[in-house]
Parts: sequence; structure tokens; C-alpha cells
Amino acid sequence: MAKKEYAFYPGCSSQKGASASNYLVSVESMCKTLDIKMTEIPDWNCCAASISYAEAGNLPRHVLNARNFALAADNLPGQDIVATCAACWLGARESKERLEHSSVLLEDTNTALKEAGLNIKVIPEIKHMVEVLIEDLGYSELASHVKKPLAGMKIAGYVGCQTNRPFGIHGESFENPMYLDKLIETVGAEPTPYDQKVTCCGGALAFSEPEKAQAQIKDIIESAYDSGADMVVTPCPLCQANVEVYQGQINKRYGTKFNIPVLYYSQLMVVAYGGSAKDAGLNGQVIRARKLEDLAGK
Amino acid sequence: MSDMNQQMTTRYKNNFLKEIEQQAEMGDWVKMCMQCGVCSGSCPTNFHPGWAHPPQEIFMMIRAGKRDEVLDSQSMWMCTSCYNCYVRCPRKLPITHIMHGIAEYAYRLGRAPKGQPTLHLSKTFWNNCTKSGRTNEVQLTQTLYFKDGIVSGIKKALVMQDVAIGLVKAGRLNIMEALGGGHKCKGAKGIHAMLAKARELENQRKGRAA
Amino acid sequence: MAEMKTAAYICKGCELGVRLDAAALVKVATKDGKMNLVREHDFLCSADGVAMIRNDIDNEAVNHVAICACSRRAKTEAFNFPTVAISRGNLREGVIWIRPDTDEARETTQEMAEDYVRMACAEVKAMKVPEGNPNTGTSKTLLVVGGGMSGMTAALESAKAGYKVVLIEKTGALGGMAAKLWRRIPNREPFKAPMDNGVADLVAQIDADANIKVYLNAVIAKTAGAPGRFKVDVAVESGPTVTEDIGAIIQATGFTPYDMAKLPNLGAGQANVVDQLGLESLARAANGGPIKRADGKEVKSVVFVQCAGQRDATKEHLEYCSGHCCATSVKQAMYFKDANPDVDTVVLYTDLRMPGNNEDFYRAAQNKGVIFSKGAVANVSASGNGCTVKFKDLILNEETSTDADLVVLATGMVPTTGPDLDQLNETNRLAEGGDATAKEQVVQMMSKSVLNLDYRQGPDVPQFKHGFNDSHFICFPYETRRTAIYAAGPVRRPMDIAQAQEDATGAAMKAIQAMENAGLGRAAHPRSGDLSFPTARLEGCTQCKRCTVECPFGAIDEDEKRFPLFNESRCRRCGTCMGACPVRVISFENYSVNTVGAQIKAVDIPDEFSEKPRVLILACENDAYPALDMAGMNRNAYDPFVRVIPVRCLGSVNTIWITDALNSGYDGVMLMGCKHGEQYQCHFVKGSELGRYRMSKIYDTLKGMNLEEDRLMDLEVAITDIETLPKKINDYAARIVEMGMSPFKGL
Repeated sequence: MAKKEYAFYPGCSSQKGASASNYLVSVESMCKTLDIKMTEIPDWNCCAASISYAEAGNLPRHVLNARNFALAADNLPGQDIVATCAACWLGARESKERLEHSSVLLEDTNTALKEAGLNIKVIPEIKHMVEVLIEDLGYSELASHVKKPLAGMKIAGYVGCQTNRPFGIHGESFENPMYLDKLIETVGAEPTPYDQKVTCCGGALAFSEPEKAQAQIKDIIESAYDSGADMVVTPCPLCQANVEVYQGQINKRYGTKFNIPVLYYSQLMVVAYGGSAKDAGLNGQVIRARKLEDLAGK
Repeated sequence: MSDMNQQMTTRYKNNFLKEIEQQAEMGDWVKMCMQCGVCSGSCPTNFHPGWAHPPQEIFMMIRAGKRDEVLDSQSMWMCTSCYNCYVRCPRKLPITHIMHGIAEYAYRLGRAPKGQPTLHLSKTFWNNCTKSGRTNEVQLTQTLYFKDGIVSGIKKALVMQDVAIGLVKAGRLNIMEALGGGHKCKGAKGIHAMLAKARELENQRKGRAA
Repeated sequence: MAEMKTAAYICKGCELGVRLDAAALVKVATKDGKMNLVREHDFLCSADGVAMIRNDIDNEAVNHVAICACSRRAKTEAFNFPTVAISRGNLREGVIWIRPDTDEARETTQEMAEDYVRMACAEVKAMKVPEGNPNTGTSKTLLVVGGGMSGMTAALESAKAGYKVVLIEKTGALGGMAAKLWRRIPNREPFKAPMDNGVADLVAQIDADANIKVYLNAVIAKTAGAPGRFKVDVAVESGPTVTEDIGAIIQATGFTPYDMAKLPNLGAGQANVVDQLGLESLARAANGGPIKRADGKEVKSVVFVQCAGQRDATKEHLEYCSGHCCATSVKQAMYFKDANPDVDTVVLYTDLRMPGNNEDFYRAAQNKGVIFSKGAVANVSASGNGCTVKFKDLILNEETSTDADLVVLATGMVPTTGPDLDQLNETNRLAEGGDATAKEQVVQMMSKSVLNLDYRQGPDVPQFKHGFNDSHFICFPYETRRTAIYAAGPVRRPMDIAQAQEDATGAAMKAIQAMENAGLGRAAHPRSGDLSFPTARLEGCTQCKRCTVECPFGAIDEDEKRFPLFNESRCRRCGTCMGACPVRVISFENYSVNTVGAQIKAVDIPDEFSEKPRVLILACENDAYPALDMAGMNRNAYDPFVRVIPVRCLGSVNTIWITDALNSGYDGVMLMGCKHGEQYQCHFVKGSELGRYRMSKIYDTLKGMNLEEDRLMDLEVAITDIETLPKKINDYAARIVEMGMSPFKGL
């Protein structure tokens, strides 16, 4: 099989030292095993995320994403853009959809891009890393690299919102997407029946409306425990952060005793593929995933 | 009230629906709502307590010309962008975007509630990420904590201390960013120029004074 | 007629031969059944088995055949011997499939089978071969009453099928209500804009069709006769009365809008308030331009008030939804928007009902800027040069109001069905008693008659709910309780043009079927094709009139001597008359007091110490009997002490069967019939209701016999009760055990 090449859009949170830096570490080791070549889009910029809507308005947000399209198309022609972050993926896909739908918007966007010396003609396809895994490679290819199955581990697959809605992964339902459960099975672990699979973690409102957000996060964690899970796994950096880092505060607020690790799918895969705890970015967990660390250390 | 509010009131007289259709992002969908209420029932933040006016109601209020009640409302600001309403709407209204659009428009008119925390977050985030082209998470957090002054900021920071320490220990909070380090786009200047242009074009298209 | 020669056939296929002792069954048929000829066969419905029976009929002069195999509902094509009387012993669905295959069950299963063999033999001996109704008519001309969309469509569809049509319209032109519409609700892609009303096209087609004879300015003076031989007197304004020979009738007399004068709080009488039909005439006057009010002012704002005097819980106005009005208001709002997008159009509704593709139409209106507000209107008042509409906003939960140049009220449909027969009969009774006011009322009511039927039971088709013509909306739409008279369009239930045209097409097909059946002396739905018909031994008749009153289809008139006069072509063969007759003089050749009574007597009743009770089940053949068969197909077991006899309808059950059964030692009787009342499921509409009424009188008899009330059990059964029915049978059997054995055994 020819080596797969993609224009990589890591996003702000996945940079070194940022809140999802462990995600980036694990994705890099995972791609090495799977022989996927990821070339960072030169000088890529922030997608502005959903939350900037009020200050950004409409056109500036699309222009910001369009800059990345132009940089990718100019420097990595023919390659699909791959985002690891749900917000980056969603923001970029939304802009692509709007620009392709409206010639007026496209014209305005190009007028603005000109100020940065850029122009878009063709907008590359935009994929989430998960789409690369299950659509371009397929579950059986993913399974073929497993050296250390995550036997006996029970994992709640927390899909969350923005990798699921409004675009979602092709062929999955909005109400009960199965791909994360299938990925969990692929690495030899057991997905638990998890009824908060697609509940919102509060997103950016974890900052601005912490009480509302933490009430939602509490339900998400509680249900993971109820399902018998040892850990939670997610494809989204904001879901990961919100569900992991507020457990202490929720414990104070609600008198709960939450202490469940929250990981990225890529971390599971790296461990299953025989990578070290460091390769999997397990040292980046605020709540340590001891079971995975033990397996990786064996 | 801002000049723009005055300007728009005059322009649209009593036709608030038309105003929203032309001024708010995806506002032309408002008339297509069939009042089933699935959006309101699907919203994660429309519970304990609910929005003062869930989306279904906001659509009805717009059609009924309740300009002040809609623009001054806290409701739209409760949107977490989870897109649940969006995918469930049987009429396929892009409700998430409509909520954003109405909120944004209220802000432009100077009608958004004073000290609205999500609006503050939105402003802070946009300014933070467009400054260098990439988000500076530490400065973002600091700005958010200290929006109500130093004392309040320190209190919040103390509350959040364990969260921060956890992230630092895990190598996911870069203290260097606070000192102006961290990641930046080389083309930041070009970004500023193109965004300024975009803002100008958007105002033109919507007939707003710059 | 040839001498009776009987034969019984015992089938051993479908495991019957394994589960049952066939030799013993042969013995029973011979000894107890006293059949002239008894044969067994390994596979009776096979070509070989059928040939065996055929040979006996052709060469052995067998003319009464008892087939003891599967249910009478199975293998009807194989066991089709139209020249002989046939009974069916249901050993498969009725015995081996509802009993477990165990050693303990073997004895009672065999006893059950033996009883069914005895019953089949007894029944067939009491039967005659039906010869068909000799009193047939041969007219194949269809009469359509009403020249609106429904009537014109019915006429054209029948003509296209090759039948002659007489179309009667009381006004001077075809088109009816639709002709008054500026445009109609769209009935085809893309469902986005009002369409031409389509009247001119249909009128042209009718004019060009040689099979259709049209009478304008005409009404029906009298309808006499029966299906296939109606004589209809057509009274034409300023012309002679013409008599037409008619085979079947479609009543498509439509509706009138509910009188808005009855709605003063909604602005009746105000200059700037119109009903939907009033708006249509304004739109026609505007001819596509801006719509103007009566005073000539161009309308710049309009409010549509839905459900005006409809869906009224207080029952002061119409209680029902007229179905079309939401889409009609959407259409009318488009009249305004299409002429001038700046006209404010608001539709105030409580529930917007836009079935089917009307949803696209609704969306199109929203796209055009029509505003839809969920609100309950309290009041419309004149204000300034227009109206103020006060309403409660049901989403925002507040009282509010809006102003408009014009208000349109969506009033409902009132069907044109003629007088209500119950009311007419009651008024007639008073009039005959000498009440002068009642006499006037009768004249007044009769003047509204549409069909002027020369039937004992009244001049028009019976009404069901809210004055609409009777029909069962799922099982048999278009049917009325007058055979070969079908209702189509808004006279049947509220509907729009598209539905009315579909309705008219369906009714035309049913009417054609009814004419053809009548010509062959056969029954119409639901016993379509049945050749039997009721006859009465008039020498025993006491002229009690129960049969003439109770017949759900008005089939029985009275002759000059006040004896019942059967119009066989009007009869549906339900047997309600037979069930009603207190002196039991009415019967069918193949279904009579005797055919059922003989079966009841044929059952072996063990003595009271045997611990083997017997429960008689009289099961309606339309729902209950198929449900029992299906319970068998699903192997849902039930009690082995029941003996089931199918009946045509609960209405045909004569009380003598029940008293005879209880007198002869049965421990209980279960009646299984269809639901009656407003949500009736009875295939003969009133049969199960009348049957139940009669049965309610038996409880006194039970008391007289010193028997518990529970010895008679009346069960409402639907065809879907496949799981629950066996359970109910078992519960009843348990109740019988609780009560103990009947004291009448062996008497």
C-alpha cells in the first residue's frame, strides 16, 4: 500500500506544552506505526472555534479558515487536510461548506485573503483523524498492528458533540454513533454500554458558565462509572480536558469521588501497538491511567 | 443604545423578522420554524434552570416583533454549540448558527446583557487567537479570570489552582506563554490585514456603518 | 330435488393422521353422523383427494359433503364444489394446532375432533344448496348524485370503465363548490403554489363522453327498487319527470360551509370579516391582481383564523376538524403574497394540520413570508378601518392582539346528507299521533331528502357521526347501510378536493362491483359472491316487524298484508333478521336456526362426574373465527372443552341456540363478536350491537333456569386478538370449573 500523505492541521491545543499536547504525541506515534505521513500545514492558524462567533461575526471566521485552505493547497497540493481536534475539523468543514455554497461569500473571502497575499481556488477535503483511520485504512488494517491487546479493560467511548454533529462520521447516527466502540474493540478492550455517549460536555461554556457545564460533565462521568468503565476515551481535545480536569471541582461541588482517567483513542492505539507510556503521552494525564501504563510497561 | 441600534430600528421600522433575516447569520431560516419544540427539548443547557426563551420561543418572538425582549435576552448566550438542536430539527433549521447569529447581532447593536460571561469569553478568545494567529491558552485563561478586577481574578485563580497545577504537572500548561512566549504565526500581520478587510466587507454587505 | 346423499371425508394430512385416531373418526361419522359414505384420505386437498370427492359427487350422487380437515377458511379453492352443500369440520386449526402433543392431552384432543366430526355431519344434513337470488335486476347504469368534483370524478371513472352514467346536479352548472374557488390546493409536484381548480377540464371531459347523461337543475323525486333494478324519478326544473333504470348509486352531494353568522364573537356580520368561500370570491374578482375588500380598499394585512366554529369542545359549534381548512388558508395567504409580497399575512392556528404533501405547501408558504402563529382567537372586533383580532399566543403564553384590514374565518364543512333518519322516525311517530308541529317538521325534513328512497326505513342513507354518511374508514370506506348506494367526497367525511377525487374513484369501483353482483343474484360486501338469501315461512309469521326494523341495510319492506317483503338484492346476508325472529321462521338455505342448532345438539355432553365440561363458542366469522384460526397457526393452545361454531354475525344469533345449549347440559356459552358503538368494527355495522342487545335479555332466562349469569359470556373480539383470545378462553374455562358443572346434564 502506498504511503498515505496528508496536510496536517494539529490545532492550537495540540501544540507542544498546550492542553492537548499528549494527544499530539500519541497521534505522531500512531501514525508512525500505521505508516501515515503527516506534513504540518506551514504557518497554519487558529480556526477560531465556535465560541468566537460573537466577536468574529461570519466572514472573518471563514476567512481565517480559508487562509489554512490556501496554505494547504499551495504548499501540499492534492493532499486532504487532516485535523485531530474536533473544533478545528468542524470549523474548517463548516467554512468549506459555506464557501462552496455561496459565490458571494467566496468572492468576499478571496478579497480579504488578498490582504495576506493568498487566494483559494480549490478547497481541499477536510478529514478528522478518525476518518483517516476508519475510512482510509479500515478497522482490519488498524487491528493488524495490535501487539498488546487491551484485554480486560472496560472503556466508555465518549464521542461528544463536535466530531458527531452536525457532520459526524460517514454512516454513523447522531444519536448512537458506533465508531468509537468499534475502535475500542479493535484494540482488544471492551466498550461499555454508555448512555451519555453524545452528551455535551459544556464546551467553551466550561469557562463562562461553569455551573451548567459541570452539571453536564458530572452526568457524563457518573454514567461512565455506572457502565462499569475503567476509563473514558474520546476523540475531542475539549471533551478530554473538560471531563478530566474538572473532576476535582465536581467532587467538591457534589461530594462525589470521581477519579477516572480520560484518554484519546490514539493513546489506546499506541499502547496496543506496543508503544511506551511516553509514546502514548500517558505522562500527560492529569488523572493517571495506571492500567494502561502497566500494560505499556510490560 | 448604540447608533447602530438606532439606525436599524429606523431602517426596519416594525419588521423585526425582516431585520433578523437580513442582519443575523442564518436569520432567513427563522420563518421556516414550525413550532414543534424539538430544539428546546434537545438543548443541554435548557434545563435546571431552562433558558428564559428556548429557541422555539425566540423564533416565535421574532415573528411577533418582540425586538427588545429578544435582543436583550440572556437565552441565546447559553448555547454550547453542541449542535443537538441542529441535527434534530425536522425542518432542518441551522438552529445553532441562528442562535449565534442573533446573539452576535444583539452584541453589535449594543443590546447584549451587560457583563454577559459567554460574550466576554467570545471576545477574549477571538482577540487572543487572532493576535498571533494561534491561541495562547495561558493568556486566555488569565484574561478570563481577571475580567472583573485583580481581587476577583486571584480568587478565581485560587479556586482553579488545582486544575492549573494538574495541567502544569502533566506538561499541558506552558508557563512560558504567560511571558509572551508560545506559538505564533509568522504571517500574523497578513492575518490582521485580511481580518480587517473581512470585517469591512461584512459591514458593507449588511449595510452597517463601519 | 334429488334425494339427500351424504358423505364425510376424514383428512389425515398435516399431521392429522398422527395426532388423531382417524379410524375412530370414521366410526363417529358413520355411527353418530349417520353419513351414507365415509372415506379417509392421507392428503385430502391434493389433486387425488379432490378427485375422490369429485368422483363421489359425479358418480355416487353425493350432494351433501362434510369435509373434516382444516378450517373453512383454508383450502377454499380445492374444496370448491358449488353444486353441493358443504360443511367443514375444523380438525387442524381448531383441534390439533391448539392442543399440545402430549400423552395427557391425547384423549381430550381426540374427543374434540370427534365432536367436530359429529357437528360437521349434523350441519351438512341441515343445509341446502343455495340456488341464488331469482329476483335480480340487470341495469348496469350508475346514478351519480351531485355534479361537484366528487360526482364528476365518479361519473368519469365509471364511464372510463365502460359503464353508463346518469349524473344529476341540482344547480344549473357542473362544478359544485370547486367552481367557486379561484385556485385549488396543489395535488402534484412541487406542491408549492395554488393550482387551477380543474373544473373546466372535468366538465369538458363529461360533455365529450357519450356514456354520461347529465341532468342540470334536477333532483331525485323518488328512488324505488333494489340494486340492479332501481327506478329513479328525476325531477327537472320546468320539465317532465323522467324515470331512469339504475343499477347502483353514488351520493356525492358535498357540503355547505358552516354558517358564520353563528360566530358573532369572531366577527360575523362585520364588513371586513369573510369566510373562506367569501375570500375565494374576492380573489376571483381580483383575478390575480391585488385583492380588495368589499368596500374597494386594497388589503394590506390579513389574518386567517383557523378552526372558526370547529373542533369546538363546548359542542355549540362543529365538534370535528374539516381537514382541508389549514391548507386552504395557506393557499389563500399565497393569493395575497403572490400578488404582493408586502401584504402581511398571518395565520392563527392551534394545530396546523397539513397531511401528506401539504407539508411542502406549508413550507412554501413560510418561504413566501406567510407568518404562522400558534394562537387561540378569542375575539374579532371592528376597529378603525379594519379589525382587531384578540388571541392568546400559545407559545409565549400571553394575551395579545393584532390588527388587519381583513379577517378570514376558516369555518368547517357541513355535509349535505338529507334528514337524520332517527330524528325523522321520531318526528314521524309524533306526527302520526296527531302532533301538528311534528307534521310540519316532517314536511320540512322530507324537503331536504336527497335520494327520496322508497324504503321502509326512511328516505336517505343513515348517518353516522356529526351528520356524515355512515362508513367504516379503514375496513370499508364508501359503504353505506344501503346496499349499492355509496357515499363519496365530503358527504362521507370532511376532506379536500384531492381526497374527494380519490374517494369518488373508490366509490365508483365499489358501485360497479355491487351492480355486477346484483345482476348475478349474489351478495355484495362483505359476503361478496354469496348466493344464499333469506326466506321466511310466512304462515308462521306474527308480523312483529322486528326483522324489518332491525335489518341494518333496510332490505326488508312490508307487503300490503304487512308481512315482511325481502328485497334480496339489498340484503347483505348477515342474518340479523334470522337472529331477531322470535318465531324462527326466517332462514337461509345454508345457514339457519337448524344448521347451528343441529351442531349444538351433535356435541357429546359427558355426565357431570366426568370433569369434562363443555363450553359452546359462537364466533363471528369476520373477526373472531379468523382470530381463533390464527391462534391455531401460532400454536397458541386453549382449553379442550370448548366447541366453536362460526356465525355470520352476532346479529344472526338466535337466543334459542343459547337456551337450548344450556338446557342440554352445556356448562357455558361464549359469544365472540365485533366491537360495536361509535368505533364499531362490525362488518354489518349494527349486527353486533343488535345481537348484544338481544343477548342482554337472556340473563332473565338464566335466572329463571336458576343458572349463574356467568354461564353466558359476551366477548368483544378483534381479528388481532391472536395472543389474548386463547387466554380469555382459558380464563372462562377456569371460571366454569369454579362455578361447577351445569345441573342440566343428562336431563
